[in-house]
Amino acid sequence: MTTQLADQSNYAQAEINLQLDAEEKIKLMRDMIRIRRFEEVSLKYYNADKMGGFLHLYIGQESIAVGTISLCGENDHIITAYRDHGHALAVGMGMNECMAELFGKATGCSKGKGGSMHFFAPDKNYWGGHGIVAGQTPLGIGLAYGIKYKGLTGSSLCFLGDGAVNQGAFHESLNLAELWDLPVIYIIENNGYSMGTSQKRSSAFKGSLAQRGEAYGIAWESAKGHDIYEVRAKTKAALDRAHQENRPTILELATYRYQGHSVADANAKKYRTPEEIVHHKENFDPLNVWKNQLMQEGVLSEESYRQIDSEAKSEARQAAEFAEQSPYPEIGEITDDVYFEVDKDTEAGNQGRHFFHD
Amino acid sequence: MTLYRHALNRALDEELANDDNVVIIGEEVAEYDGAYKVTEGLWKKWGDKRVVDAPISEAGFIGMGIGASMLGVRPVMELMFFSFAYVAFDQMINNAACVRYMSGGLINCPIVVRGPANGGTNVGATHSHTPENLFANMPGLKVVVPSTARDAYGLMKSAIRDNDPVYFMENTLLYGDPAAASELPEEEFTLPIGSAEVKRSGTDVSLIAHGRSVLVALEAAKQLKEEKGVDAEVVDLRSIRPLDEETILNSVVKTNRAVLVDENKPFCGVSAQIAATIQQEAFDDLDAPVLRVTSIDAPAIYSPPLEKEQIPNVGRVVEKVMQLG
Repeated sequence: MTTQLADQSNYAQAEINLQLDAEEKIKLMRDMIRIRRFEEVSLKYYNADKMGGFLHLYIGQESIAVGTISLCGENDHIITAYRDHGHALAVGMGMNECMAELFGKATGCSKGKGGSMHFFAPDKNYWGGHGIVAGQTPLGIGLAYGIKYKGLTGSSLCFLGDGAVNQGAFHESLNLAELWDLPVIYIIENNGYSMGTSQKRSSAFKGSLAQRGEAYGIAWESAKGHDIYEVRAKTKAALDRAHQENRPTILELATYRYQGHSVADANAKKYRTPEEIVHHKENFDPLNVWKNQLMQEGVLSEESYRQIDSEAKSEARQAAEFAEQSPYPEIGEITDDVYFEVDKDTEAGNQGRHFFHD
Repeated sequence: MTLYRHALNRALDEELANDDNVVIIGEEVAEYDGAYKVTEGLWKKWGDKRVVDAPISEAGFIGMGIGASMLGVRPVMELMFFSFAYVAFDQMINNAACVRYMSGGLINCPIVVRGPANGGTNVGATHSHTPENLFANMPGLKVVVPSTARDAYGLMKSAIRDNDPVYFMENTLLYGDPAAASELPEEEFTLPIGSAEVKRSGTDVSLIAHGRSVLVALEAAKQLKEEKGVDAEVVDLRSIRPLDEETILNSVVKTNRAVLVDENKPFCGVSAQIAATIQQEAFDDLDAPVLRVTSIDAPAIYSPPLEKEQIPNVGRVVEKVMQLG
């Protein structure tokens, strides 16, 4: 613990962190707590059969989405895989629309058409929410390509898990990112397991997964993900590289998920020991680490923490009520949102038959 | 007369001029002038930003184009062969076709993926796929298969201006074929996607086809008239999805017979869908079962004389029409 705090104080001295005022620090706390409470409530309703499909929980990894996204500006865009609730809330999506999406309701962020793995908010530079492992990585460089093509100073933060690094699409995107000098930051959220298979059993690597970037000449860094100061300091360097040089970075952040791969992961406690989970919760919980840090800095009191926590719980409960009370989409809406031209009733949308059911 | 490849080239050139967001990306499209010379001269004219050589990395660069299109870039991506779509399938289906839906309509992908999709060139099974049926199966995608230079020009311009993903399937045998060449007016024009065209009017049987099979059907119609006294009508679908069912059905109602000419493999091929539509919508107008001429149901054979037999040809179409009795 002592060493850990010593490390943290180093990153606390990073310029990007020195710029944080008390209010901003507390916002980071609040953002992480909101993600955790949102997901705890969603788990409760999932277990009560209020939702279908999968629920991939982000609990334990909150510092990564919150820390990285806290640095994003007007032209920085975000895309991730299926463990996407944390990033959604971090970019500013509301709990109501997110919870309603999990319930499959018409008031959901995707009108009940995407589900847990497919949250989007392009107005907040959030491009999903993608279900196929590493399938979002070519899209991630596409966002970077678009930013550069339009002559903007920005970046694409392309999140992926440690299981995604063995997919071909990821490697193809790495080659293009470096070849074409694209302002993309790959953020590998390494929680140690690709579903139930540990990193050792799934990946050939030397030192770290990010080090694979060397083969492409891409700058890389691996770091601890549970401490927001460190996450922000490392992300800032990558953002500067993207903004100033249009160059990619691979940033691998060590983290841990407390729940299974998804709630449907029947072996969540079999491929790892209960002690391992407890060890992470006790020593590296991102909420606790940040809370202790802020209390040490005199920015946060136990009382104000409890108030933030209570507000987050209440917000999540209200979101569940909103979702429960919302209507499901109508059958007639199944074929909406398939074609732009049809939805907008344009000339092109009225030409020929687009749908073939009776 | 303008050749099919030159008509496409003109459409691309004009759309590069019309919209700064249009960018052409693909293998050998720039400095090499295009493997089939469809993009000839465009890099020289438009430069590195607008015409971009991609490495052999279809999943990567097609996916990249889809991502860029979400931000409003309008990429026109060349697949040197549409058969190579199979290594980019996840991007082309899960991302391009589904992202609008899964985002509840918040995102759209104004991308064109184009390239030749045909057999008949003795390049073996891996390079001879005709995936129009596969892609048309996926709601969210549009699939265009032009048979003439005029259609290729007008439909390409519409495809680039369309705000949905359009997969545009050309044909290496048509690029330089005088039979596919057209007179093009000097002024620009577009053709709507989702509009079939009667390429030859007739009264006895409807030959319904798309892509190069339209030219096969036209040649067969000529032979049927001259040698058998059968007056065939030829309907060119031009696009598979959206599909112009009205033109198909009007033709069948007029001729009371239909033979579908389709380079797809028969099982779940485009013609299977057309046959289902005809039996459902024009059952009482049919004097004979709907018959099909498709590729012979095996991976594309290499052997040059046999491949001519495997894909639809004039002889097989004439024979099938005569089976109608």
